Amino acid sequence: MEAHGLDRILREHRFFAGLDEESCGVVCGCAKNVRFEAGEYLFRAGEPADQFYLLRHGRVALEVAAPGRGAVTFQTVGEGEIVGVSWLIPPYRWTYDAKAVELVRAIAMDAACLRRKCEADHDLGYEMMKRFVPVLVDRLQNTRLQILDVYGPNG
Amino acid sequence: MTIFDPMLPRIARTRRRRRDGPAVWTLDIEMAEGGPPAFAPGQFNMLTAFGVGEVPISVSGDPADPSRLVHTIRAVGPASTALARLGPGEVLGLRGPFGVGWPMEQAVGRDVVVIAGGLGLAPLRPALYRLLAERERYGSIVLLYGTRSPEEILFRRELESWRRRLDIDIEVTVDHAVGDWRGHVGVVTTLIPRSAFEPSSTVALVCGPEIMMRFAIASLQDAGVADDAIYLSMERNMKCAVGLCGHCQMGPVLVCRDGPVFRYDRIRSILGAREI
Repeated sequence: MEAHGLDRILREHRFFAGLDEESCGVVCGCAKNVRFEAGEYLFRAGEPADQFYLLRHGRVALEVAAPGRGAVTFQTVGEGEIVGVSWLIPPYRWTYDAKAVELVRAIAMDAACLRRKCEADHDLGYEMMKRFVPVLVDRLQNTRLQILDVYGPNG
Repeated sequence: MTIFDPMLPRIARTRRRRRDGPAVWTLDIEMAEGGPPAFAPGQFNMLTAFGVGEVPISVSGDPADPSRLVHTIRAVGPASTALARLGPGEVLGLRGPFGVGWPMEQAVGRDVVVIAGGLGLAPLRPALYRLLAERERYGSIVLLYGTRSPEEILFRRELESWRRRLDIDIEVTVDHAVGDWRGHVGVVTTLIPRSAFEPSSTVALVCGPEIMMRFAIASLQDAGVADDAIYLSMERNMKCAVGLCGHCQMGPVLVCRDGPVFRYDRIRSILGAREI
């Protein structure tokens, strides 16, 4: 797809809403369109976190392999959301598996490319942080609620 | 007209019992004499397992069906376990209905977002029956239901049947899943920003564990729903059910008499208080 098409898709994606034109153009240089069939893995735990994904269509299950239980899904992520925050923090490795539950269309962002651009332009880096930190905080709060097991017998 | 003493249990019998999840049973009850008492969605009855104890249980059946009274019970303590074990024809006591129910009339003409967590779907089911029976009186109807795992989804067949209707949005999420579950995984609050409703004209009905309700309130506020449009069903240790004994006191309110359904702005200051 041509860059201007990607640029438009990025700008329309909820995650990049409000990002100025120039920054959008810079970010776009690290982006490409990808698709995954149902059952295909976007990434696996332990692999380098060299990309993250902006979902445009479909649902992705985030899983942890539990001995004796198989893959346990602890979260699903859908259209308009992002998959992957480990690209932000050293050692840049995935700590869980991400599997397409159905056909997934997404924008894959080259993490090394974006990290380099954020280092070179701290305004852009701050814009990225403002977008990723709420995702991290939300996931932390949601995890807290899940750990409390509020629907269990002692909930 | 017969007047019943609210402190005296009437004799009732279990007509039917079915399993609705791990340790969760739904009982269809009929009165030994006369028909079942009429109730408003959100009200509860005090059910007695004779020789064991009495517990408050919300009505989970259809308020428009006068032929049976339905309660969904999780077996957690001696009384609820004894009630949940009652087979067809076995006797129990019933007082009620008691309390203030869901604001069905205040919701007319507005979007209605129903947020249920775990067994909290049971007290909300009568409201859903009413909303669907009088569908034309309301705007968009959204049901967001969160529970522990796919095996613990309450009223599964009914949810599937409602989902086939084109006039209600239903989303179900579980805290964790293994196997072939293809639905949402995550806490119920994650469904709120993804749902289609007009916050300024929405009434939200919320029932579930108190911690889940606090998170749900925060998400509804983030979405733009006003505090006076959020209603919660509270659970406390109700004993007399008529506002005399004070067991269910929560600050200045008695949950059995003033609730169990409260408008959020009226209990905001006491919700989550550590010493209550």
